Amino acid sequence: MNRVLMSKYGPALAGTIIGVIAALLVKFGNPGNMGVCVACFTRDVAGALGLHRAGVVQYLRPELAGFILGSFGSALLYREYRPRGGSSPMIRFGLGFFAMVGALVFLGCPWRAYLRLAGGDLTAVAGIAGLTTGIAIGIMFLYRGFSLGAARQNPKAAGYFMPLLAIVLLALLVIRPLFGAEGTGPIFFSAKGPGSMHAPLIISLAAGLLVGWLAQRSRFCTVGAIRDLIMLKDTHLFKGIVCFIVAAFLTNLSLGLFKPGMQGQPIAHTMHLWNFLGMALSGLAFTLAGGCPGRMFIMSGEGDSDAGVFIMGMLVGAAFAHNFSLASSGAGVGAYGIPATIAGLVFCFAVGTLFMNRVD
Amino acid sequence: MEIKTVDARGLSCPQPIVETKKVLDKISGGRVEVLVDTVTSRENVLRFGRNAGWQGSFEETDGAFKVILEK
Repeated sequence: MNRVLMSKYGPALAGTIIGVIAALLVKFGNPGNMGVCVACFTRDVAGALGLHRAGVVQYLRPELAGFILGSFGSALLYREYRPRGGSSPMIRFGLGFFAMVGALVFLGCPWRAYLRLAGGDLTAVAGIAGLTTGIAIGIMFLYRGFSLGAARQNPKAAGYFMPLLAIVLLALLVIRPLFGAEGTGPIFFSAKGPGSMHAPLIISLAAGLLVGWLAQRSRFCTVGAIRDLIMLKDTHLFKGIVCFIVAAFLTNLSLGLFKPGMQGQPIAHTMHLWNFLGMALSGLAFTLAGGCPGRMFIMSGEGDSDAGVFIMGMLVGAAFAHNFSLASSGAGVGAYGIPATIAGLVFCFAVGTLFMNRVD
Repeated sequence: MEIKTVDARGLSCPQPIVETKKVLDKISGGRVEVLVDTVTSRENVLRFGRNAGWQGSFEETDGAFKVILEK
């Protein structure tokens, strides 16, 4: 299995299995077309920790802890655990922040954009077109010499932070502490809405661990796939997302979860321009940071502190997105989602332009 | 024979490939050594070099890798 995952068939095999898992997680209780959504899950974790108080999106998604721990275990087992960091961490925090804002304007990360398509949600097409555009702009910066500088090797213990955080989040999910000021919290769980919809803990965790392991071995990346295709005509990672979409589509079809159309799709809106621009912002931010949000979780498990900082940016971005009415809902974009998207694009263009020379 | 060296240690994806491509695009043959420090970058540079028609191999040194491309 490991030999196949490391071969040219690796991303395709990983994509196929992850696609099936994603559709099954919806069957087991996750929200529609949200078997796996790295941005939505991070947003739910921000809510569960009380960083935002949008009552419908609060749950400590165990899939995310699984991603980190699955990758950590795999990296240790195959001697790929290499603690590293120090490549413009503050800028990476900002990229994570705005990648999340863009994702919540669209209502999903690249993983969910593909899963929405695989579930028949045609509003995802504008999002995927935006994602591709954002990645293409990122490539332009890369060709002009964009770099956030080199990371350095860190002491062994530096990489333990994210796996330990994953264990703490799992512990909080099981213990469900309740000692907040008003008889609620500090951990919040949605009583209704998408946050209340989830597969049983053990299934979510097992799925997360498996996805973390598969993605660590195969380097599955939903942004790198399009980047390498455009930039290098290299289809290695792209085959992964094609198989991911096809596998999720066929599993949805067999489970009766495939519902083609634009209207009434789960956790999606029909403001196509903002679906496009939200994902364009995300695609650009992910490309400048070096990978999709799933890949960031995987790399954080391998000991990459910069990826961990990016995830913290996503977490805080999610809190701001809901506290400042930037996030969309099924009704359309949030009150301040449009200016926030524009601000994010300005930030990413500034980063792309100002980090033009390699800093070593 | 002149050996060209690319130091791509610590760089995020896909910068090791971008740096390698810059060098390979300028020459028609020879030996290029690319320094990287993750297995992922090592595989990526090897795959890129082989797709571009170069012979690829690697050596491990002090926790980093030297990818050797020859044509």
